[in-house]
Amino acid sequence: MRNQNSTFLGFHRLERWKRFFQHGDRLWQGLIILGSALVFVLMLAVGWMLWSRSAASRTGFGWSFLTPTANANWDPVNDHFQAWPFIYGTLLTSLVAIVVALPIAGGIAIFLAELCPPWLRTPLSWMVELLAAIPSVVYGLWGIFVFLPQVVTPIGNFLGNTLGKTPVLSTLFMGPIPASGASRLAASLILTIMIIPTIAAVTRDVFLAIPTSQREAAKALGSTEWETIWQVLIPYGLSGILGAVILGLGRALGETMAVTMVIGNSIEGSSSLLRPGYTMASLIANEFAEAVSALHTGALIEIGLVLFIMTLLLNMLARFLVWQVARQTPQEGRA
Amino acid sequence: MSQMMEAVERRRALHIRRRKTTNTIMLSLTGLLTALALVPLFWIIGYVVVRGGKAINLDFFIHMPTPLGISGGGVLSSIEGTLVLIILAAVFAIPPGVLAAFYAARYPNRPLGVALRFSTDVLSGIPSIVVGVFVYGLMVVPMGHYSGLAGGAALAVIMLPTIIRTTEEMLKLVPGTLREASLGLGAPEWKTSVSVLFPAAANGILTGFLLALARAAGETAPLLMTALGNERFNLGQIVLGGLQNHQSIFVIVGRIINAPVDSLPLALWKYAQQPYPERVEQSWGVALVLMIFVLTINISARVWAQGRARKMRG
Repeated sequence: MRNQNSTFLGFHRLERWKRFFQHGDRLWQGLIILGSALVFVLMLAVGWMLWSRSAASRTGFGWSFLTPTANANWDPVNDHFQAWPFIYGTLLTSLVAIVVALPIAGGIAIFLAELCPPWLRTPLSWMVELLAAIPSVVYGLWGIFVFLPQVVTPIGNFLGNTLGKTPVLSTLFMGPIPASGASRLAASLILTIMIIPTIAAVTRDVFLAIPTSQREAAKALGSTEWETIWQVLIPYGLSGILGAVILGLGRALGETMAVTMVIGNSIEGSSSLLRPGYTMASLIANEFAEAVSALHTGALIEIGLVLFIMTLLLNMLARFLVWQVARQTPQEGRA
Repeated sequence: MSQMMEAVERRRALHIRRRKTTNTIMLSLTGLLTALALVPLFWIIGYVVVRGGKAINLDFFIHMPTPLGISGGGVLSSIEGTLVLIILAAVFAIPPGVLAAFYAARYPNRPLGVALRFSTDVLSGIPSIVVGVFVYGLMVVPMGHYSGLAGGAALAVIMLPTIIRTTEEMLKLVPGTLREASLGLGAPEWKTSVSVLFPAAANGILTGFLLALARAAGETAPLLMTALGNERFNLGQIVLGGLQNHQSIFVIVGRIINAPVDSLPLALWKYAQQPYPERVEQSWGVALVLMIFVLTINISARVWAQGRARKMRG
């Protein structure tokens, strides 16, 4: 924006002095530096606060707090805590949500970027993005009273009666699903609905950024529309799509209220998708304000720390991938 | 010979037909998937409107919650609490956010600018419940009690990345010539920023704030361990009582922000899990109010932003 080349003939000295005496400028500079430094410090403070406040739990339990165990112990009365069931619940529900959401979101992105008439593109994009604007608690309420009994329970019964009877898959699909429908499956499906807008929006932008020449070349070689998409555009934008998936995963990991309301909040031994479970975020939501001891609070904060580190790494990876696509793509997108 | 040619020809025709069929099937599938994704949107909105509409009447807005098990009453405490939280969040988030955005737009390549962009990304990715845990450690533990102040701070952290990003985008859209004209007329840097760039981008900044607000207003998770919830929070009583006792404005404001407060999403969460049918009915009413609030802000901000952006690009 500003012409940085004012060094011509040494006038920059004069300029610098002049600027020094235009008071107000230094104050303004100081203010905007302060504002941005505050944001930076805030980020550091989040990490530091979670780290220092979880000290009791970290030193008390070490790595055994996080490692997979068959009979994990979460016992506020005797002050003994292990987080594996919650980590498992978070990872399982998020991964299932990603697997279900990706084809749907990909289809939406393809439809919005490649197929739908231009006048329909904006309203449809908006509607998909409105899904992300509905508050999480409203999803939860709708989930409890409508989605669970009408959609999840039938699907769960079906899965339990078919896949639950097969030898290998039965660990994941062992029924029966509770009558209310509250289960890890319910959480996964609610998460699916909630992350579709994120994945679809980013993937659509990836498609829109792919140069038209790629499409023209594929069509000139005789490809159908679908072959162009499947064999040319998707490979071309693959790392961007991967970035979108990771962003969606980051959102799914941290989603709290809707999941808490439908997952059933139970620490039972079963690893099945059709049984009630717990996630890291829903555990914090349920127990934090009523934590009994300092160690209990510390353990919950350590779970927050794990969640923070997970989303931090995922976000960095996703930004890196999206940035790489932006770098390798020439500037002639059709957006 | 001609028979072989015919066979080849037939196979090619078959091949082409298969490719075309695949094409048609897959393309219509993408359309179907788009429609499928919109089903939950209309299902949720429709259901909440129908169920929530039954629960809403005038009492709902102007009365405090009744004790458990007694029907009637409203959610006035949550509405007031939401207002307090939103105002506090705006006060905490807007000044640093807008200033940081000026820096980001002005010096994107300086080390602090790069650090700022990175921290904005990180902050926007943190789960909101983790923000709640952070503010708990930062404010609730030192202060010794849950408060609306802590809740507002938590919402501010959630709003900050959105405010910075949209403001920065809008500042970048202001034509460079405007800025140069102002500097050319001898206005110093700060004057240019405050009275040329800021007004030119003001609408966009407002849009960013509204979008951030729409997100923060629906947040529940970070309030669980900061604002906590308080069914007896009564703004009118605090203000009137304070005035009658000749308390200064600072004391009254202090009492308001130091009390734990309820908010609409918090009330929804608690009511939905209580075994009283009238509370569950009310939670649908809260859901309707919340959804209308959030979606109205969201949609109008987008419409406005699009109009502005089009105008500014020329």
